[in-house]
Amino acid sequence: MTAAAESTLNSETFLPRDGLQKLISHLSGDGFTVIGPKVDQGAIVYDEIENADELPRGWTDRQEPGRYRLERREDDAYFGFVVGPHSWKRFLFPPRATVATADRTENGWEMATPDEPAPRYAFLGVRACEIAAMKIQDRIFTGGSYVDPVYQRRRESAFIIAVNCTTAAATCFCVSMNTGPRCGSGFDLALTEIAEGFVIEVGSDAGSELLARLPVTPATDEQLSHADDERQQAVNQIQRTLNTDGIRDLLLNNLEHPQWSDVAKRCLSCTNCTMVCPTCFCSTVTEVSDLTGDHVERQRQWDSCFNIDFSYMNGGIVRDDVRSRYRQWLTHKLASWHDQFDSSGCVGCGRCITWCPTGIDLTAEVAAIRNAPRAKASVATETVTPQEGSA
Amino acid sequence: MSTPRQPRSPSVRPRLAVFKFASCDGCQLSLLDCEDELLAVAGAVDIAYFLEATSRIEPGPYDVALVEGSITTPHDADRIQEVRRQSKYLITIGACATAGGIQSLKNWADHEEFLQCVYARPEFISTLATSTAIADYVPVDFELRGCPINRHQLVETIGALVHRRRPRTPRHSVCLDCKRRGTVCVEVAQGIPCLGPITHTGCGAICPSYDRGCYGCFGPAAQPNCNALTDHYAVTGSSHEQLVPLLRNFNAAAPEFQAAGDRLASASSTEGQT
Repeated sequence: MTAAAESTLNSETFLPRDGLQKLISHLSGDGFTVIGPKVDQGAIVYDEIENADELPRGWTDRQEPGRYRLERREDDAYFGFVVGPHSWKRFLFPPRATVATADRTENGWEMATPDEPAPRYAFLGVRACEIAAMKIQDRIFTGGSYVDPVYQRRRESAFIIAVNCTTAAATCFCVSMNTGPRCGSGFDLALTEIAEGFVIEVGSDAGSELLARLPVTPATDEQLSHADDERQQAVNQIQRTLNTDGIRDLLLNNLEHPQWSDVAKRCLSCTNCTMVCPTCFCSTVTEVSDLTGDHVERQRQWDSCFNIDFSYMNGGIVRDDVRSRYRQWLTHKLASWHDQFDSSGCVGCGRCITWCPTGIDLTAEVAAIRNAPRAKASVATETVTPQEGSA
Repeated sequence: MSTPRQPRSPSVRPRLAVFKFASCDGCQLSLLDCEDELLAVAGAVDIAYFLEATSRIEPGPYDVALVEGSITTPHDADRIQEVRRQSKYLITIGACATAGGIQSLKNWADHEEFLQCVYARPEFISTLATSTAIADYVPVDFELRGCPINRHQLVETIGALVHRRRPRTPRHSVCLDCKRRGTVCVEVAQGIPCLGPITHTGCGAICPSYDRGCYGCFGPAAQPNCNALTDHYAVTGSSHEQLVPLLRNFNAAAPEFQAAGDRLASASSTEGQT
């Protein structure tokens, strides 16, 4: 935690439970589209909300590899669950976007870039691992020489209300990835839910300004202590681990490990893990014309390294079997991502474990390689070209 | 712009023919179901042979033949040869034409027995023992999957022919479409056996958005890992009696679904013997 964030801890405030509606109403009044968790399709998803009543009050999620079930809690907590099938990625990096258009005119082609105003989102209920994911995508989309305007406009105008986890799923391993469960920075406000309401930390001037309009009181020592207990409960519940010691070299030195063939027998190459991953950012861009050929749109859609044609290059398909595609995904996520973006590509949210139809668990795959690394002398990493070209 | 722009005439206006074999007509009706784009389609191609739409019949050869249906009779096995001879591009449309259709279930049965049961005078019926894809009889230039086909893919394919480019019809799984549209996985969240992970994209992931599993009407995706999926479903509570009919459906005779269905069925019969 930074010194600046530390100093805000002294000024934590308390918002009673019925103040949550005021929070949502103020955000709507300020012109934000409020996105928050709600129960839909048998899961807790992220969608537009207008009322606190729409939140998954009293619900929780039970997760394990390849399985997710909603369950009733014994209390009526608003945020007593973990992360679901959606991530905030779908609002910042939309699954489909038109990035350019062209119309044939008498004077030739008229090219245009859609200039619609970006939606102003307020995200309610962002978890620590999800903030970490946003920071990773910030580097991907806005960190280099080429800035993605679709992402940048949405990200810059977004208001982030974080929620500290008070429970954990069997698939969570944020502690291993050093991304949670407590939110340290990257939010405007951060809430910790306790029985009588919310203990709130301020993370930005915008957050402070909003807080001033809410019926808050200084948090009492007892409330702060309850908040500590709630957060500790999440820490205690996290059982899954991923040993990240030397993980880059471990994976890149074991590109011919038999475990890749083993996982290929179970992997469907169906793309679910990459779609639910809050950091996976691959897309495909296609030119789509109408029947007349006079109007063309350049459309971008989410794509995945698990698709065969995603690795199509002049002359053929580079990764033409499941083994090479799973290996590409995992080595990029956990190894060559370090070379490309100076961090791991994994935040430990566990979505890829839960939402894999056959329940493949990346922590188990890495452990299998770590427990039985190749017997032969390892391949020097210099001779291995990291497959960062998936971007 | 002061003067109205003249619509550009397409570089080619292909002569189109639509042929029906053993099928329900649903796929060729997709052409008439193009609604907003119907006039544009009619303007883009010269419909020379399409009995479902017009009694005007123009002789071949044709630039493009859309072929619906599977081959189930000796007569059709001959007729498809003539269609092939008359057509520059032969495009099969729908599960019947691309995989044999639901009627390929007869491939697992005794068709003579069916004839005896169904027809008063079976000796007048001349039929093959199997229902199989058009591509088993003649070379096919392009396939559009689905039961029925997706009309947007049909329009895309016609547009590609007119503008002489490759049609954009990806071959990944249905899962990608569910995730793009925000549909929650019915298998993981509700335990519904869903063929989405091994099924070819194209429908727009309709069924899971209505809380039901994909039943594979677009046939196998590219490199489908059918055994991993069905083994997982067997472990998580689905019986072979549920899974075999799931695979033996509109695309029962698609090679990957056929192999996976036969494998489960043979495992069941082995278990039954022990």
